[in-house]
Amino acid sequence: MLLKVKNLTRMFAVVVLIMGATMPVAHADDDEDEGRQPAVSNAKWVSECGACHVAYPPRYLPAESWRAIMSGLDKHFGSNAGLDAASANEITAFLEKNADTRKHETLAKPLLRITETRWFKSEHREVAAHNWKNPKVKSRANCGACHTKAESGDFNEDNVKIPK
Amino acid sequence: MLRAFFASGLVVAAVGLTANPAFAETPVEVLAALKAEASGTPGFQGFSAEHGESFFKTKHSHNLSCSTCHTDNPAAQGKHSETDKLIKPLAPAANEERFTDMKKVAKWFKRNCNDVLDRECTPQEKGDVLSYLLTVKK
Ligand code: HEC
Ligand code: HEC
Ligand code: HEC
Repeated sequence: MLLKVKNLTRMFAVVVLIMGATMPVAHADDDEDEGRQPAVSNAKWVSECGACHVAYPPRYLPAESWRAIMSGLDKHFGSNAGLDAASANEITAFLEKNADTRKHETLAKPLLRITETRWFKSEHREVAAHNWKNPKVKSRANCGACHTKAESGDFNEDNVKIPK
Repeated sequence: MLRAFFASGLVVAAVGLTANPAFAETPVEVLAALKAEASGTPGFQGFSAEHGESFFKTKHSHNLSCSTCHTDNPAAQGKHSETDKLIKPLAPAANEERFTDMKKVAKWFKRNCNDVLDRECTPQEKGDVLSYLLTVKK
């Protein structure tokens, strides 16, 4: 049954993709649900933003952060991630549409890192310093080191395994 | 989930509803296009797989080489030096998706050459690298 529901969701996603639109997503404002929201997707976003690292889910940053990231791709955290204008526009629209809409401080300069947001720090307050420094983790941005299903957009706490 | 999602996307592409066919070019066609480009430069004498291999494995700026991420064996899986993200093999013999989309090839040459050399690669360098990759066996 569960499988069927999943398949339906998949088909729905494909239909939406064909129509060239993106899927709206409901936002829960409670932090505990952070890892359990349905994963939204867009083929261009997966291939472009998932090439060098996991495609970080749009719901983890507010729209102004995504806009700032998308307007500086030529100098992106020390890498060149420059894109043609058409792809950049499509991805920006997808990210904005599915961005984090919870209340947050408006900063003079929007945060460019998920790992610097308040919610990220709070969700990870129990992760010990030596775990972050483990060479198998290397960077906080390496979500997949601990979130074993990050690649599919699943950050559910049930699928977390901190490497030893 | 994403993989299944992609798979469905490919079916759609195959049916011809989208403008993005799975394989636009072959590696040999990509090489021919690079050759046409390189032929315009004075003194061009063809590509060299040998030069391509040493270019690929030599550290340029920032202590980076192409093999930093793609490994010394382009038929093997690589790993992004900053993020640890796995990178599929770069040699066409080991990964049939490689060098089948001119736009994708151009985009990644531009990005990676800028990261590794602080400049774009010349058509000669790109052709040498692809010639080398085409000699790599699975
Ligand atoms: C050419 C490689 C490359 C591409 C393509 C790329 N990125 Fe990145 N990105 C990086 C690197 C390198 C980092 C820094 C990782 C680290 O600190 O461990 C990074 C970090 C990030 C971060 C911050 C992670 C954190 O919270 O610390 C975000 C957000 C991000 N990228 C979004 C994107 C988006 C959106 C796209 C698509 C438009 C994209 N990236 C495409 C290389 C890339
Ligand atoms: C060093 C390991 C590690 C890394 C790296 C890491 N996390 Fe986590 N994450 C955890 C742990 C541990 C928890 C807490 C699980 C719990 O509460 O039982 C967690 C919780 C979360 C939650 C809440 C899950 C829920 O079900 O409530 C989210 C969302 C999340 N992480 C996202 C991310 C993102 C996005 C990244 C990368 C930018 C990341 N994490 C990187 C270990 C990590
Ligand atoms: C910092 C890591 C990194 C370095 C260094 C690097 N690459 Fe890459 N390369 C990548 C990533 C990530 C991709 C795209 C992901 C994928 O397609 O699997 C990629 C893709 C490519 C592609 C696309 C091929 C195709 O058709 O799919 C080419 C060509 C390429 N790299 C050549 C090079 C060359 C030449 C160098 C050295 C000048 C180099 N790379 C150095 C990370 C790197």
